[in-house]
Amino acid sequence: MENLKLELKAKIIENLNLEDVEVSDIANDDALFGDGLGLDSIDALELIVMLDKDYGIKLSDPKQGKSIFESIDSMAAYISENKTK
Amino acid sequence: MDESKYIQSYCSINNNVVSLNGKVVFSDDSADVKSFLKAVYKSLDTKYPKFFKMDSLSKLAFLGAELLLKEESKSSNTALVFSNNASSLDTDRKHQESINDSDDYFPSPAVFVYTLPNIGMGEISIRHQLKSENAFFIFEKYNAAFHHTYENSLIQMNKADSVLAGWVNVDKNKCDAFLYLVSEKGTIEHTIENLIKLYNN
Repeated sequence: MENLKLELKAKIIENLNLEDVEVSDIANDDALFGDGLGLDSIDALELIVMLDKDYGIKLSDPKQGKSIFESIDSMAAYISENKTK
Repeated sequence: MDESKYIQSYCSINNNVVSLNGKVVFSDDSADVKSFLKAVYKSLDTKYPKFFKMDSLSKLAFLGAELLLKEESKSSNTALVFSNNASSLDTDRKHQESINDSDDYFPSPAVFVYTLPNIGMGEISIRHQLKSENAFFIFEKYNAAFHHTYENSLIQMNKADSVLAGWVNVDKNKCDAFLYLVSEKGTIEHTIENLIKLYNN
C-alpha cells in the first residue's frame, strides 16, 4: 500500500504538471482539492482518466470521485480494492 | 473626434530571445519551446502555478501579457486582439496522437481544453481580471492594417480603454510573439507603418 501511495504521488505530480511540488511535499491525508494541493476540475478529469488507463478502473458514477479523490489515502484504498490491471 | 492612439509598450518573444520596448531582457539556449518558455517564466519571477498546466501557445501569450501588463496601471477594460497562422495546431496534434489508437484511447482532458487558439486570452483575462472584448484571428502572416483598424475601432467606440494585441504563434517547436499595448498614452504613434516596423525589428 505504501508503494502505491508513493506511485500515486509521482503520477499526480507528473500528469497534472505540478511544478515545484515533490513527492515528499504531499502527505497521505492532505486534501487534494480545495485548500490542499489546489487541484481543479480539469485535474479531476485527468485523475479519472488515470484510474482507467493505469489501473483499469472505470468510474460509472462521477459523484464517486469526490470521496475517492479526497486524499492519497482514499485513492490508494479504492485502487487496491478495485484495480483490474 | 479621432484622438491619437499610441503603442504604449511592446515586446517580442522568439528565437530564444525576449525583448521589451526594443531592449533584450532575456535570452537562453534552450533546445525546445517548452524549456524556453519555462526559462522565460522563471526569469520574470512570477508565481502562478497554473502556468505549467497551459499549452505552449497559452504560455507564450501569458508571458507577453506579463511583460506588458506587469508594470502598467492596467485597466480592467483592456481588450485582447490576437492573431496567428497555426491556430492551436501544436496542441491539436497532441490530442490527435492520444486518440489515434482505438485500443489505447485515452484523450487527456488537460490537453483537449487547449485545442482552441483563444484559450490563452482566457488565461490572461483570469490572471489580470479582465472583463473585456477579445478576439483571435487566423491570418497567413501578421496583418498590421487589419490589427490597426480593429484596435482603433475598439477604443474609438468606447469598447475598451486600451488594447493588448498582436501576433502569437507556436508550431513545430518554434514560437513567435509580437505583442503591444495600444492606448491614448505613449510616444510611438499607433500607425500601420510603426506596427510593421516594430514587428520586423
